[in-house]
Amino acid sequence: MAGVRAAAGAAQTQAGVTMTNVEAVRTTLHDALARDDRVLIMGEDVGARGNVFLITKGFLEEFGPQRIIDTPLAEASIVGVAIGMAMEGLRPIAEIQFADFIYPAFNQIVGEAAKVRYRSNGDYTCPLVIRTPYGGGVRGALSHSVSIEALFYHVPGLTILAPSTPADIKGLLNAAIESPDPVLFLEHKKTYRSVKGEVPAGYYTIPIGKADVKKAGSDVTVVSFGYNLHQALDAANRLEGEDVSVEVIDLRSIRPMDKTTILDSVRKTRKLLIVHEDNKFGGIGAEISAMVAEEALFDLDAPIRRLAGPDVPAMGYALPLEEEFMISTEEMAGAMRDLAKF
Amino acid sequence: MATTITMPQLGETVTEGTVAQWLKQPGDSVEKYEAFVEVSTDKVNAEVPSPVSGVIRELIVKEGETVPTGAPIAIIDDVASDVQPAPTGSSSPSEQVAAAAQRPSPSSGQATNAEANRQGSDEPVPGGNVGTGGPSFSAPAQSNGASGNGSASGTAPGGVRTSPAVRRLAREHRVDLAAVRGSGDNGRITANDILAAAQAGPSAGVAATIGADNAEYVAPAATAVAPPAATPRPPGKPTYASARPGDVIPLTQARRIIAQRMVDSKHTAPHAWTMTEVDVTNVWKWRAREKDAFEKNTGVKLTLLPFFVRAVVESLAAFPLMNASFAEDGIHVHREVNIGLAIAADGNLVVPVLRHADQLSIRGIALAAGELIDKGRRGRLGADDLAGGTFTVNNTGANGSILSAPILVPGQAGIVTSEAIVKRAVVRDDDAIAVRSMMNVCMSLDHRVIDGAVASGFLSDLKKRLEAMGPSGSL
Repeated sequence: MAGVRAAAGAAQTQAGVTMTNVEAVRTTLHDALARDDRVLIMGEDVGARGNVFLITKGFLEEFGPQRIIDTPLAEASIVGVAIGMAMEGLRPIAEIQFADFIYPAFNQIVGEAAKVRYRSNGDYTCPLVIRTPYGGGVRGALSHSVSIEALFYHVPGLTILAPSTPADIKGLLNAAIESPDPVLFLEHKKTYRSVKGEVPAGYYTIPIGKADVKKAGSDVTVVSFGYNLHQALDAANRLEGEDVSVEVIDLRSIRPMDKTTILDSVRKTRKLLIVHEDNKFGGIGAEISAMVAEEALFDLDAPIRRLAGPDVPAMGYALPLEEEFMISTEEMAGAMRDLAKF
Repeated sequence: MATTITMPQLGETVTEGTVAQWLKQPGDSVEKYEAFVEVSTDKVNAEVPSPVSGVIRELIVKEGETVPTGAPIAIIDDVASDVQPAPTGSSSPSEQVAAAAQRPSPSSGQATNAEANRQGSDEPVPGGNVGTGGPSFSAPAQSNGASGNGSASGTAPGGVRTSPAVRRLAREHRVDLAAVRGSGDNGRITANDILAAAQAGPSAGVAATIGADNAEYVAPAATAVAPPAATPRPPGKPTYASARPGDVIPLTQARRIIAQRMVDSKHTAPHAWTMTEVDVTNVWKWRAREKDAFEKNTGVKLTLLPFFVRAVVESLAAFPLMNASFAEDGIHVHREVNIGLAIAADGNLVVPVLRHADQLSIRGIALAAGELIDKGRRGRLGADDLAGGTFTVNNTGANGSILSAPILVPGQAGIVTSEAIVKRAVVRDDDAIAVRSMMNVCMSLDHRVIDGAVASGFLSDLKKRLEAMGPSGSL
């Protein structure tokens, strides 16, 4: 099972084409399988069914059952087996069908994968990617809507990526597969087909741990990711008409977090709004707030503001309940406006 | 209603204060937080802000008079400026009500509205939705009367809340918050307002005193601002810091006190003088080895001073007579070792005191001295920082001096200087010639307390301790 990085370039992504987020995931995975025969995919319905979002459709036929592995409904086993493969030199990409189902694998991810390098004093690493669709707003109700980043971002040894655009998905998924350490790769399912963008041709990676200023501005800084990021961009563009200049930062990498980009922006605008879909209490907004308060208190000209999901156990199925849970673009625009004139 | 103003306690150990100057006269109106009297204790001058808005009725204490803390010094008729004070100086209860009713309070009215709006749009959602409600974005302006200690939480004059950025920028640009019109919600002063005021130049509110933003750190009663020389003066008036030939610089209170104390000391204590030279090569190497990590870890520059002070306090322990005061009833040998550090700040000599310096490590001395020096440079030394010194250290070498004859701080028996470190060819004990870093240490002493033998013993002990310090030591 020799590394076949040399094969890179043989399989090209469509050159500089516009595609959806889900197509970006699919083509990046496809190219990785074609480029490197250490790469394999395992998970529920990834083979014959071609994944519930059709991400791996046709992969089983093209790459065979040894590299496209349908598993039982046993998340702990999916991740546990993948950890063993990764430690022994393969590049497994484990799929958790919905982030809501990741809990059985918690011990494998937190207790095992994240600690392999430390426990073995560097003799072993765990080059494992765990992909999972997360997030609500798609009438997914109780068990197909959850955001999980806050459950894992406390864990040293784990990388958490949550890109929001097709180009970032390709660059960061490639970086995740290259990474010698475990990566939890989060894909917001509401952006799968609603978000389109141009994707550069050829193989590239985006550095892990770098946020991206998606829109420059001077009055308010907004930090967000996922579906919320696109709403924040909409709201910020709308406010241009009201002469409010909003800088929108796409976090992209939740752990490690890009402090520099956030602090530079806050020092410029002096006002910070954090938006995330997961509930507010103990969410990643808490960490960002604390970090900014520690390092840039004397640059702040307004209280740090967080817009986040409510403290309820799950997203309701009924549309009004789902809408109540999700943060609206209007709410974001309102919060930006309030901060700007504060 | 009349408010009696008492002499504030400017520092925990201070028991009395002198009215240096009345900034207001009877009949003058005074705003809440506006400085109305300058009080001096020792070398600290503090402008005392008025606790109420009103009209000065009576000044009880004359300028130059010293009274105990808590003694009445003035009476202010506590009325709104748009209401004439009653000729008798007292107003009936109904007048007070009328005055209160007429007192404009636009900010509190808006805050109430904003508060109501916020609550209206932020109804708790069934199911315990408390997550999406933001913080209050109104600036609930505390009314002056309702909140006596609002200043402690960063309230500018007028009761408007200011953000950390605004306070920092105002301090950096020396903008008086009271002179800035806020453009934010409820008239809040924004960071951009400060920058605009700073750009507009001195006419747009450069602080006449930094007392206003000082409220961030201390309650009004304990406000201790820098001596007057630290504050900018109107252009044209000669100051100590911008002396030109031909100027007659008016004596500030601080300068008067410095002059008085120097004369007192020279006239009272018979100064004797002695000097030794110290090989500081090794301690200098030690400092060089530690300084980068020290500065990185603590933010404080590691100079020779803490090493020097450490050696001084150790020598003082060996020669307690050096840590003493002469008085008619005898020579008081002090229990505490409090080291004064002579520094120049804004054109004034100030001597903040490192309390219990004998209980501090070199690292502890460096940090405590760093804080005092920083406070001094920023004009933020309080009375407590300056009181209680028992022996003084003066780093005259910082300015290149290799020899100096310092004047004693009144009441202290000794003062030592650390002069500039110079490399010299030195003949050592074994007759070898070596290049060594040499430093002179000079000492003035009160000959009433100390005789030559004690002084020489102390200096040679100090020399031995400094020369024994080296890179193997521990900070």
